[in-house]
Amino acid sequence: MLEKILILLCLSSALAEQPCKPDASDGYKVRLSIKTALGDEAYVWNENEMFLFRATLAFAMRSHLNGQEFDVSNIIVCDETPRVTFWFVVTSPLNTSGLVDKGVVEEAIRMSRNRINSAFLLTDKTLEFIGITPTLTAPVNPDTPPWLIVFGVVMGAVGAGIIVVLVSPLVLKKRKKNEETDEDEEETGVKAVENGSTREGVYNMSFSDDERLTQM
Amino acid sequence: MDREAESAEQTQVHGLQEMTERPKWDNKVQYLLTCIGFAVGLGNVWRFPYLCQVYGGGAFLIPYVIALVFEGLPLLHMELAIGQRLRMGSVGVWNSISPYMGGLGVASMAVSFLVGLFYNMILAWILWYFFHSFQSPLPWRDCPLNLNHTGYVSECEKSSAVNYFWYRETLNVTPNIETSGSLQWWLVLCLATAWCLVYICFIRGIETIGKAIYITATFPYLVLTIFLVRALTLSGATDGLIYLFTPNWETLKNPEVWLDAATQIFFSLSLAFGGLIAFSSYNAQKNNCERDALIVGCVNSFTSIYASIPIFAILGFKANENYNACRNWNILRLTNAFNIADENITLENYGDWLNYLNTTDPSEVDNLNLKTCDLQTFLDQSASGTGLAFIVFTEAVINMPGSQVWAVLFFVMLFSLGLSSMFGNLEGVLTPLLDLHMVPSWMPKEIFTGLICLSSFTVALIFTLGSGNYWLEIFNSYVGSMPLLIIAFFEIISVVYIYGINRFNDDIEWMSGRRPNFYWQATWRFISPFMLLVVFVAYVVVEAEKQPTYNAWNPDYVDFPLADVQPYPKWVYAICVLLSVLPVVSIPIVAMYKFTGFLKKYIENRHIYMTLSLV
Repeated sequence: MLEKILILLCLSSALAEQPCKPDASDGYKVRLSIKTALGDEAYVWNENEMFLFRATLAFAMRSHLNGQEFDVSNIIVCDETPRVTFWFVVTSPLNTSGLVDKGVVEEAIRMSRNRINSAFLLTDKTLEFIGITPTLTAPVNPDTPPWLIVFGVVMGAVGAGIIVVLVSPLVLKKRKKNEETDEDEEETGVKAVENGSTREGVYNMSFSDDERLTQM
Repeated sequence: MDREAESAEQTQVHGLQEMTERPKWDNKVQYLLTCIGFAVGLGNVWRFPYLCQVYGGGAFLIPYVIALVFEGLPLLHMELAIGQRLRMGSVGVWNSISPYMGGLGVASMAVSFLVGLFYNMILAWILWYFFHSFQSPLPWRDCPLNLNHTGYVSECEKSSAVNYFWYRETLNVTPNIETSGSLQWWLVLCLATAWCLVYICFIRGIETIGKAIYITATFPYLVLTIFLVRALTLSGATDGLIYLFTPNWETLKNPEVWLDAATQIFFSLSLAFGGLIAFSSYNAQKNNCERDALIVGCVNSFTSIYASIPIFAILGFKANENYNACRNWNILRLTNAFNIADENITLENYGDWLNYLNTTDPSEVDNLNLKTCDLQTFLDQSASGTGLAFIVFTEAVINMPGSQVWAVLFFVMLFSLGLSSMFGNLEGVLTPLLDLHMVPSWMPKEIFTGLICLSSFTVALIFTLGSGNYWLEIFNSYVGSMPLLIIAFFEIISVVYIYGINRFNDDIEWMSGRRPNFYWQATWRFISPFMLLVVFVAYVVVEAEKQPTYNAWNPDYVDFPLADVQPYPKWVYAICVLLSVLPVVSIPIVAMYKFTGFLKKYIENRHIYMTLSLV
């Protein structure tokens, strides 16, 4: 009798240990790089942190599988290393000896990845679930590419500059013409007075006819 | 004597016409800045530092200075002097010196036009990068995601984000030169912007260039100084500088070093384009051109050396970053494989840890396939030309804090450097056309310059095709090299032996008040022509030995991302030869044409003489 009880105990303890082992088919390896992420503000990984991890994972399972009441005890952890890596498996609350399928666990983690990361102040890179690739952030695609905006600004400025440079001499010419017509009316009065002026270039019409006559 | 009297008359008549019309510089500073801006171009920033690095650092300065003193300065002085004396662009000047050498002017004009085409395409690329520098994060930092968002685009993953941005998103390059692809609309927009910017500065010739040059010639120096200060504070900068300037005297025994120094000085000073002749033709005749030549030549070389310091400091920083990234990757592999607490292995104790792990578990360490990280290999990754600016430098800028600011500054600096050189190219085309009175009198100058820019833009659309980058390389190698050497050689022979060195000395004495001293006499008469001939022959020999191949970017290539080295197809090679020959073919053609005209006249005269004497 005693022997049977002993064998049963051994078996049950063996069964209890079996679900979580390295390279378990339904388990995942987790790797944390706390010092890399937080530097001086890094916290020490201890039992409490491990408890938080198991609780967070239970929360993730609950959120994904609505209705099933996962508890901390459903998350079994083993093979911890100083690197801070460990393996975990998730047992179903409905059947404590059965493990939740790998795919289901993956989906649950993907859904709540952000929450799990923030619970530990880590990122996708520093809290790694080996085998679950983080979903790459879709690039932000604005409607108008920003380079077209800069292009538009530069082209607009240059275009305006070209128009200004081309049009300004025409405007100046017009202004000069208007001023000149005003000046001409003034000058005809002045010319009659300034006969012996020092302006050499003035072509004095009154003398040219005489010259032609004398030459002939 | 008749010919001399004729040409003297011609110059006098031209002089009379021009004294009423020819534009001139507002002041001496404008003229000097324009010449300096023309000489100082993109090559000073991205070709000289590369040559320094490849040819043994500080030791390269020796052939460089020798080439400057015996080849660069004499040719520079000569071009400035003849432009100033004869007061015409390249075509008019060479026609005046000797009608047989009129082809030289046409050749200079053709080369200026062809170089202006592809040079502005480079400015268009710089503008593209400038437009993209106003984003956070910079678009060349990350690879884009593939269609179903599961990973990165494979072409980008295999090469790098910077390479992908340059070859795919900017150029959209085809795998080889036969595949032309289509016009890339974004490049057409950038090219149009570049030509508009050039047009607005060039619109009234030197009147507007002289205003624009105050900014475009001085701004690069400001940016280089800012970069210098910033670069020297980066980690790894000293590694880059030591690497650059450590002289390796062995390289001086290699004749290619001397050839490259001579060609570098020659192309760097922008000789034989006709642009310098055009600029000095707008000067007052009584001007000390000897001092101008010395200033321009020395400032150009000083700029090359000054620019290489921040460039190499930044390249050293980049090599250091890559080296640390390599070592950190190794550390992570070891940490993860042996489950050691993170951050226990650091860059400092990495060596000790590696030894310890090797002794305890060598097989495991082997299985990890750790990379060999060597700072020298990263420093050796040199690049010149567009590779330096658009791949290496952009990668370095990503790692600098405040990347957008540095990227914007860098590309604006490159743009100003290129813009001031473009002025010289276009003046080399405009001034001869104006002097030949090929402009209809009803057409204002603004419309004529606009036509030049429009036609250049239209032809340059070739470079916006998918294969445009390959065509640009062809233009760069075949137009911007050999024809210039030929033109320069004939230039100096014409001035010294056809115009007459004594007459030239008299002219310079009249202009600057001093007769050129023994150094100028010796270099003009013998040393420079001889050096040019040697450089030309050596260049032809070296080029003939090389197989005409090009580096293609082919994502389907077996060894991608290494360059797929392809030979040029026959028709492309024919175009290359045509590009080298066409500009210079005008020299013998014009000479032959004038000679046949002379022969005809001579035979006619003889005929008349004989008939008269018979009578």
